[in-house]
Formats: sequence, C-alpha cells, structure tokens
Amino acid sequence: MSSRPISMSELGAGEQATVLSFGGARAVNNRLASLGFTPGVGIDMTQNFGFGPLIVTVRGTRVALGRGEAAQILVQRQAG
Amino acid sequence: MSALPETAVPLIALAGQPNMGKSTVFNYLTGLNQHVGNWPGKTVERREGLFLLDGHECRLVDLPGTYSLTANSPEEVIAREYILRENPAVVVAVVSAANLERSLYLVAELLALSAPLVVALNMMDVAGQEGLLVDPAVLAAALGVPVVPMTASKAQGIDELLRVIQSVVRGELQPAPQKPAIRADHREILEKIQDLIAGQVPAPYPPAWVALKLLEGDAEITQLMSVELAAGRWVEVQEVLRAHDDAFLAVASGRYEWIGRMVRAAVTRPRLGQIGLTERLDRWAAHPFWGLLILAGILGLVFWVTFALATPVQDFLDARLLQPLAGLAGASLAGAPFWLRGMLVDGVIGGVGSVLTFLPVLAIFFAAFALLEDIGYMARAAYVMDNLMHLMGLHGKSFLPLFLGFGCNVPAVMGTRVIDSWPARLLTILIAPFVPCTARMVVVAFIAPAFFGSNALWVSWGLVILSLLALVFSGVLLNQLIFRGQRSAFIMEMPLYHLPNARTIGLLVWQRSMSFVRKAGTAILGMSLAIWVLSYLPNGDLNTSFLASFGKLLAPLGRLMGFDWRLTVALLASFPAKENAIATLGVLLGNSSQVGLAQALAANFSSASALSFLVVVMLFIPCAATVAVTRQETNSWRWTFLSIFLFLGLSLAAGSATYQLATVFGF
Repeated sequence: MSSRPISMSELGAGEQATVLSFGGARAVNNRLASLGFTPGVGIDMTQNFGFGPLIVTVRGTRVALGRGEAAQILVQRQAG
Repeated sequence: MSALPETAVPLIALAGQPNMGKSTVFNYLTGLNQHVGNWPGKTVERREGLFLLDGHECRLVDLPGTYSLTANSPEEVIAREYILRENPAVVVAVVSAANLERSLYLVAELLALSAPLVVALNMMDVAGQEGLLVDPAVLAAALGVPVVPMTASKAQGIDELLRVIQSVVRGELQPAPQKPAIRADHREILEKIQDLIAGQVPAPYPPAWVALKLLEGDAEITQLMSVELAAGRWVEVQEVLRAHDDAFLAVASGRYEWIGRMVRAAVTRPRLGQIGLTERLDRWAAHPFWGLLILAGILGLVFWVTFALATPVQDFLDARLLQPLAGLAGASLAGAPFWLRGMLVDGVIGGVGSVLTFLPVLAIFFAAFALLEDIGYMARAAYVMDNLMHLMGLHGKSFLPLFLGFGCNVPAVMGTRVIDSWPARLLTILIAPFVPCTARMVVVAFIAPAFFGSNALWVSWGLVILSLLALVFSGVLLNQLIFRGQRSAFIMEMPLYHLPNARTIGLLVWQRSMSFVRKAGTAILGMSLAIWVLSYLPNGDLNTSFLASFGKLLAPLGRLMGFDWRLTVALLASFPAKENAIATLGVLLGNSSQVGLAQALAANFSSASALSFLVVVMLFIPCAATVAVTRQETNSWRWTFLSIFLFLGLSLAAGSATYQLATVFGF
C-alpha cells in the first residue's frame, strides 16, 4: 500500500491510485478541483497508451487530461 | 401595497454543469419562445425565454454551463454575477442522477450565494441503466432544498418542476439548505479572513462568500478586495493568503465532504467493476489509432450524407422557386427601367437565391454535427485529435470548431467559444477559415470537372489537403511567432454516451441556420447588390463598368497567377460569398446556364489558370461574414486585419507558385 509517490501519467490503464498533491498553475488546479480532483480522492486510470492524452475516472466522471497536466498531479498507487 | 410582486414577471435562472441536460430542460420549458444573444460585453451565448407558470408568464434565463463558480472563465463570472445582481426568484440547478457526486459541486457553490434553490435531478433514466438508485426524497431532506426527479429528454418531471418552482415563487415552500463548510483544518483561517474584511465588502457580495473566494484564489474577487480594502488591511489579508496558498484544496475538499454525506444518504451504488456501454464504445472511439480511423469514417459519412441529401433540395429550390420567381419579376417589370429590373432580378433575387440554396447544405451539416454532439461523440473526436492539435500548440477542443468549419466558417469562428484559454481561442479563430467550407467546395465541384474531367476528384482532394496543410503550417508559424509556443491545459469531461434528443438537435439546427441567415444573409445580399451596381455603372455595359476597370487595374497582379481581368473580378466577387465566383463568371462570360458556362470556361482559360484560380479561391481572404464574426469574436481590428493579410498573402503566393509550376509541367 505504501508505495512511493509517482506522477499520474505513470499509472497504467486499469490501475488505481490516491491523489496526493497538485503541481500545476493555480487556475489549472482550480479547474481540476471542480471536476473532483482533491487530495485523498481515489482515481481509476481508464486509458493510458503511454503517449498523448489519457482518461481518468474520478468520482464517477471520466475526465480527459493532457499528458502535461497529468504529469503534474502526484499520486500514490493502490495495490490491487 | 403588495401589488408589485404580483404584476412583475418572476425571474427564474437555470444553472448547471455541462452535460447535465440543462439545455434540454430549457428547451422544454420555452420551446421556440426563446431568444439567443450575447451577454453584455462578452462573447458568451445568452439564452432567455418565456414560459407559463400556472397561466402567468415567467422569464427563464439560461446561465452559462460551468463546473464551478470560481473565476476561471467569463462563464463562471457571468453566472454568479447574474445571481447576485438580478436576484432571481428561483435558481433551478440541473444535476445528473447518473453523476451526482460531481454535479452537486455546483450546488454547493450556489448555496453559498444564498439563492432560493430548486434541484432538478435529471437523467434518472441513465442512472437506472447504470444500476444507480437515487432517492429524491432522501436527497431533498439531506440538502434542505426541494428535489424534483426528471428525465428531461423524455419530458418526464417537467410538470412537477413547474409546480415546485411555483410553490417557491409564492413563498409556500421555503428552502432551508444545509450548507457545506470548509475542511475543518482551515476553519480558523477562514474566520480570520472574514474578520479582516468585515464591513468592507461592497454590495451585492455576501462577506462569507468573498472570504471563501479569496481563499480559493479567485482572480476577480482578489482584484475587487485589493481595491476595496485599505492598503494596510489588504497587506494583512495577503499575508494570510500567502501562508495558505493551498487553501483552495481545503475549500474544494470541504464541498466534497458535504457532497459525500448527501450521496451516501441518497444513493444506492451499483456493484463495482461493471463495464458500461460508454467504456466499451470508448475502447474503439477513443483509441489513438482506431479512434482516428473512426473519426475519418464519420467525417466522410457526414459529407456524403450532406451533399447526397442537399443537392436534390437545392435543385428543387432553384428550379421550382428561384427561376420562376426571377421569370415572374422579369415579366412584371417589363415596363420598368432596365436598371431596376436588373437590380431586382440579378441583384436581389440572385443574392437571396445563393443564401437560400445554400441553406439545405448547412442545415443538414449542422444536423449531423448536432447529432454527434448530442450523443456525446464530439468529446471523443476532440480527444483523439489532441496529439495532432499539439503540433500547433493547441489541444483537442480546438478541433470541434474546425470540424464545424467544413460546413461554414461563420459558426466555426463563433464555436471557438468552447476553448477555455484566450491565446488558444485566438489562434483557432485565425486558422479556422483555412477549413474548406461547403461554399468553396461548390466552386471546386463546378470548375474542376470543366477542366480536369475524370481527374476532377483527385484535384478536389488535393485542394482540400492543400487547405489543411496551409492550416497546420499557419498554426505552427503563428504559434511560434505570436504565441511563443505557450500551451493551455487540456482538461475535458468525457460525457456518457446517450440517445439523441430530437428536440435539442432540432433547436440547435434552427438556431445555427438562423444565425447564418442573419449574418451571412445580410452580407451576401448587400454585397451581391453592390457587385451588380458596380458591374452596371456607369454605362450599363459590363465590359466598360467600374468593376471591369477595377479588375483591369489589378491585372498585373492577376497575371502572376495566370488570371485575366475576368478571373480577377470573379475572385473579388467571392469575398461577399465564395460561391459568388461562379455566378460572376456566368455574368462575365455571358453564359448563365450550367453546361454552357462549363464549356465557356474551358474555352476561355487554360488548365493552369483554372488550377491556380481554384488554389487562390480556397485560400483567399475569408468571406465577408467570416471577417465580420472574426472582428466580433476577437473584438479587435488588429487581429481581424492580421487574418485578412495572412490569407491574402498566402493565397497570392500559393496561386502564383501553382500557375508557374503548372505551366512548367505543361498544363
């Protein structure tokens, strides 16, 4: 359970993680928060091909994120 | 004297996040009894309508769809300012039962504004399909505001919603909301800010709300308070804010804690791990390779359907309406002066005709686009195009207006409103007119077969690809030169796929078509009149007219591209409306029948000139209506002229190169 923090873009499809913190600009963070990304929330990586944008499911909503945006969100991988 | 509240028309505001079915609710309540305009001073669409509440007329204002009420974009500022300043009798918050957790976030923000709230719990059917069970009565008790279960796409729950709105308007039902609080560890800091600003907050802003927005780092409210507070006091506030620059997360977390309590009370979750329709479809539609292939297929299908359906309608309108009308006008004006007859028959009827025969193409294209939008596909198109759009420093959302541009560039420029950052939106506005619209394709479809016979299809494809290459080239260049490679964040909800709603699509097609008729219609009619007058004055003979003199004046420039004065004039005539190029050539070659004109063209011009003409028409200055909306949406003549010069320069350069190359290769 206590694996090291990684950036969200490193999660593979089907993996689950907990959001730790945000490193982007204020306006971006505010928009992420309004879509459900807050510290401690569980996320599902729905699609990630290792390049281009990715799809994350947070609080029942599927959100498309640019790779750059996802790279600035720090998460902790959940086992299983 | 309580006469005033009874005679005044109650004002109801409709709020909601995107993809919650807010427009469907609005359309059901108002029908065609609605007005689409802009919010004052903003390029954000404003929709307002009237509806009957127990026999009394009510005003319904559709607030912009936003995820929150923090000033990230003009939409959010408009929505909250409207509620604070106009004091609507009721604010109806549309939320989705299938996505309750996220959609209650806006409700949490609305409650902080102390507006009388009614929650429309929409998409009960989608929630049912997903296995979710939401109990409206429990949710209402937990929230402390009335909750109306609805499936707006099937008109279910509308009557109940009206009944509840009426009870609130009459004061029979008084919402007593449970408001969210900031996360416990930041409560003291919030109180500190509240104390610091106490008594200094201008109307109509609630002080507690202002304190919250300061902690969230809201740009507008920060600016407001920096002016309102005494300098020393503002420094104190700033110090607190700086020491707690992650406070926005405590505010957001507090809202989600509150939402969590609501959701736990009202929702019975389905078993986890269930793979829904959306996820199965997205394995293909959002795949980096198959998704692009599917998108290409859908694009092809849309164009095929558009032209297959529209061509017979166009022919019908032309043969059964315009030609008899022109004949009738000509005959009944037989005694009138020649100039009056010419102006009415060629100028007015010709101008109206080109707008009217164009409408079926656009209406069908808009319908296809609205269908794809309504079922939720467009977010996937934006997603799979994100990689390619990165080349220009743009992201996936910019693809949507560009797609619309294949129909008409006017709604494309207006459609850039979906893009959240201003530099990205401006760049998209500047490059959107490179997308070959249906009007230019009409010119290509007429001229290419006249010169290239069986190769016409390849020439047409080549011209489309050339336009798109020019789009990418200009996008990359402008991004590097003007925007210095800065890029905005790509954050976009992928809505659940759902069945289309005929009413939503119908109204969207109607509004977009009417906006074309109003914008393009007046420009095209005015310009075709002007062109006719210039081709008639001073002697009533085309070859010695002002128009011809002007064309001859520009002849040296035209020669570079292989144009004689007639092709130059036809090119100029394409400015009011691209398809005018053909009608003008018809007038200039004295041959207006289709077959005759095609033969006359081939007899008068070389293939090299024709090819160069097509290239220039594709890339020339955007049509008058597009230039007008570019000015309107950028609110700047500087960018508008930059756009004009960009297209002028590029089209002349490409035309000259084409002509020289084609001559070398012996066309």
